[in-house]
Amino acid sequence: MYKRGIVQVWSLEQPDWHCKIDEGSAGLVASCWSPDGRHILNTTEFHLRITVWSLCTKSVSYIKYPKACQQGIAFTKDGHYMALAERRDCKDFISLFVCSDWQLLRHFDTETQDLAGIEWAPNGCVLAVWDTCLEYKILLYSLDGRLLSTYRAYEWSLGIKSIAWSPSSQFLAIGSYDEKVRILNHVTWKKITEFEHPPIIANPKIIVYKEVEKSATVETQKLSFPPTRELASSLFSIPSKYDISQVPMSLQYIKPVADRANPRIGIGTLAFSPDNCFLATKNDNTPNAIWIWDIQKLKLFVVLEQLCTVNSFQWDPRQPRLAICTGNSKVYLWSPAGCVSVQVPMEGDFQVLSLCWHSGGDTMALLSKDNFCLCYLEREEVK
Amino acid sequence: MGDWKTITVPAPSSDSKNTSQYTSEKKMSPSSLNMQQVLRLPLPSSKSTHSFFSAFCTEENVEQSISYLNRELTTLGFPSLYAESKGKELNLISILNCMNELLVLQRKNLRAQEDVEMQHLKLGSDMDHLQNCYAKLKEQLEASKREIVGLQERDRQLQCKNRNLHQLLKNEKDEVQKLQNIIASRATQYNHDMKRKEREYNKLKERLHQLVMNKKDKKIAMEVLNYVGRVDGKRGGWRTDKTEARNEEEMYKALLRDYEQCQKQLLVENAELRKVLQQMKKEIISLLPPQKQKPRERSEDGIGPVLSDLEDDVGELNKENMWELSCETVREQLTNSIRNQWRMLKNHVEKLDNQVSRVHSGALTDKDVISREDHELETEKLELEIQHCKEMIKTQQQLLQQQLMSPCDDDTTVLLQDCYLLEERERLQEEWKLFREQKKNFEKERRSFTEAAIRLGLERQAFEEDRGTWLKQQFLSMTCDSKYLENVKTQSATSGSSDQDNHLMNTRSQQKKPRSLSSVPTSAELCQTIQHTPYSSSPCAISNKTTEESKPNQWEEIYREETE
Repeated sequence: MYKRGIVQVWSLEQPDWHCKIDEGSAGLVASCWSPDGRHILNTTEFHLRITVWSLCTKSVSYIKYPKACQQGIAFTKDGHYMALAERRDCKDFISLFVCSDWQLLRHFDTETQDLAGIEWAPNGCVLAVWDTCLEYKILLYSLDGRLLSTYRAYEWSLGIKSIAWSPSSQFLAIGSYDEKVRILNHVTWKKITEFEHPPIIANPKIIVYKEVEKSATVETQKLSFPPTRELASSLFSIPSKYDISQVPMSLQYIKPVADRANPRIGIGTLAFSPDNCFLATKNDNTPNAIWIWDIQKLKLFVVLEQLCTVNSFQWDPRQPRLAICTGNSKVYLWSPAGCVSVQVPMEGDFQVLSLCWHSGGDTMALLSKDNFCLCYLEREEVK
Repeated sequence: MGDWKTITVPAPSSDSKNTSQYTSEKKMSPSSLNMQQVLRLPLPSSKSTHSFFSAFCTEENVEQSISYLNRELTTLGFPSLYAESKGKELNLISILNCMNELLVLQRKNLRAQEDVEMQHLKLGSDMDHLQNCYAKLKEQLEASKREIVGLQERDRQLQCKNRNLHQLLKNEKDEVQKLQNIIASRATQYNHDMKRKEREYNKLKERLHQLVMNKKDKKIAMEVLNYVGRVDGKRGGWRTDKTEARNEEEMYKALLRDYEQCQKQLLVENAELRKVLQQMKKEIISLLPPQKQKPRERSEDGIGPVLSDLEDDVGELNKENMWELSCETVREQLTNSIRNQWRMLKNHVEKLDNQVSRVHSGALTDKDVISREDHELETEKLELEIQHCKEMIKTQQQLLQQQLMSPCDDDTTVLLQDCYLLEERERLQEEWKLFREQKKNFEKERRSFTEAAIRLGLERQAFEEDRGTWLKQQFLSMTCDSKYLENVKTQSATSGSSDQDNHLMNTRSQQKKPRSLSSVPTSAELCQTIQHTPYSSSPCAISNKTTEESKPNQWEEIYREETE
């Protein structure tokens, strides 16, 4: 509860265990768990400091000068180390902490103008640091604080919007405002390819799935009063299915407003599939479409075009299955075998605003503004 | 000659035209005029001549005319008409001569006139021609002048355009540069402003921080319901002590692990690629044509020695250890050799392509290359053969089927089917019997072998033991009896193993001696030693059980030492 400055924690295993942290006048801007689940890091208002609360020992620690940026805290995948972006005297620094005892391991400055985000590689040995969108610059630091490499694609135009590491740490995908994704390899940290996102798809080898609305037929005999749940939901939303579109086809293109800051152009979201085979990207110029690239061949594989703007998508942590939500009451799933549009069977209006997979891979949480819904995916029985 | 215009010549009406022409054109003396007129007119009619003649000289002015003529002729250089004496007698001869002279002169003049007129005509035509040429050339000159002017105009326009474009380009470049400069300056300005604002913001943050810290807000607290407390009820403290070294170590370990993994992967990849390259090299070598004795193709001769060199190289590089090396020279050698061979293969393929194209154009007489028609003939032949074979197979199949199907009733067919199967079955059974017998034999042999081996082993063991004991006895017999007695006395006090060790030490020192001796003991000595052994070993039988067991080992050691 950010406005009140209170964080409430409940235990899943011991229902009578409850914790409440009150930041009081310091205010609360952000809060996150530590990877061992025993500490909570709260960022106070104006990013004054980060308070580390220990749930086991009830002790407190403070970290000064955290940086107010998009992604200032990053934990390694194995949870041993935490990287924190700091800014003192108009210079950016990175502090590396050991998560087990919160000791400062390394503190070094970065060659950025204004650090926008940091992210660890899944192998925990390389930290990617990227600069503000006014400058295209990404720096790669090793675990002990040495600068491994710098990459700049171009000057002057708007730069990096989002990055993603491949699960094997072999590739680093960088999405930028010029609607391109550049992929660097981990051996030489040089670009191996770049993916373009033109609004017109011409290559006949690409499969394009387009969501179309199924014409809803209301069977009058089945109408009853009070209306059943399924009927209610079906009245509120029209079912849809996927059709394969003919190539060449053009996507819905939105021209950005030229004189505003943070324009809605460029590659805003990137995600690698867990088996390192696919990369899903979303170009904010064509916000209804999701582009899926085959990493083994470094080519575009599939384009999914939805009826509404895509809000978020996430890969299943176990297999190459992508779940997409667009703000209506459906959730969409894609896998190399095909794609399907699923209606969320809820009463009333349930707008799926975001989703989150369980780490086991068969369960998904669909979140709307006030509610959330758990979705279980059945496994196919192989006979 | 003067203009005797006063003498009017009455022109006859028929010839008035001519005379008027002549009088108008030329100012000539009437006398010459008359003469000309006379000469001009071909075959003048007698009437006209008479008229002419009568015009100059009439019966009245004969003498006047004669004297006139004489005067004229003398001035012209002719002899006088008169006779020598000044009288009125005319010299006929001189007259005739004069006349002749005049005629000749006239003729000459006429000829000259003709020539002149001819020349005049020629000149006239030449002049016409030249005038035409001149006119044409003038026109051409005009035209080319106009063309030049036009081209010059165009050239000038194009140069203008070019200059304009250059100018535009320069302008654009300048503008771009200017914009870049503007952007750079704006960037620095923004940076400066940002830094200023940030400093201000930091100051505010500090102030706020102070305020927040100073307040000692009781509200900032953490409540945990059902809190799992520590054993002593205290709050845990933060461990900020020096555990840095451990952390650093862990960090470096993690890094090293990652690097090693990376390196391993790269090595594996490297080895695979190297293998692939080697394979490729071999295949390329095999693809290349063998050395042919062709004196005319120098390129192949050039390839010949190169190939032999390469084969030497290949021989060298085929050594196992060279593959494993990853040093620069080996890598370079490999890549260079592959590049060379690839080039040669490419040349070879290009040659083949050329030859094929020549075949297509039909200009090839090379015997080595199979022409397309031959190729096609061969393929046709092969196809026919294939067809034949297929037909034969079909017919054979049919015959077989017929054979099988020929007996009409089912019993015979079944019997026939069975008989084939029976034969096979019997054969199989016989083979099975043979196989089983062989198997039994093998097993028997194996058993006997194992038994023999076991026996051998036991015998060897026994032999070893005997040998050991014999040697021991020999050594014991070699040593003096006092020692032996001592050992017997002190048997109970000390442990046997130390004695045995002493024995061993003694025996070791005397090892050389037994070596010199013959290795095979005599039977008598053996008996002696065997007799002695139970005596020596019995007192220490109880206490030295372990040592007895270890005895053979120790003796084995000695034995081994000996054998070594």
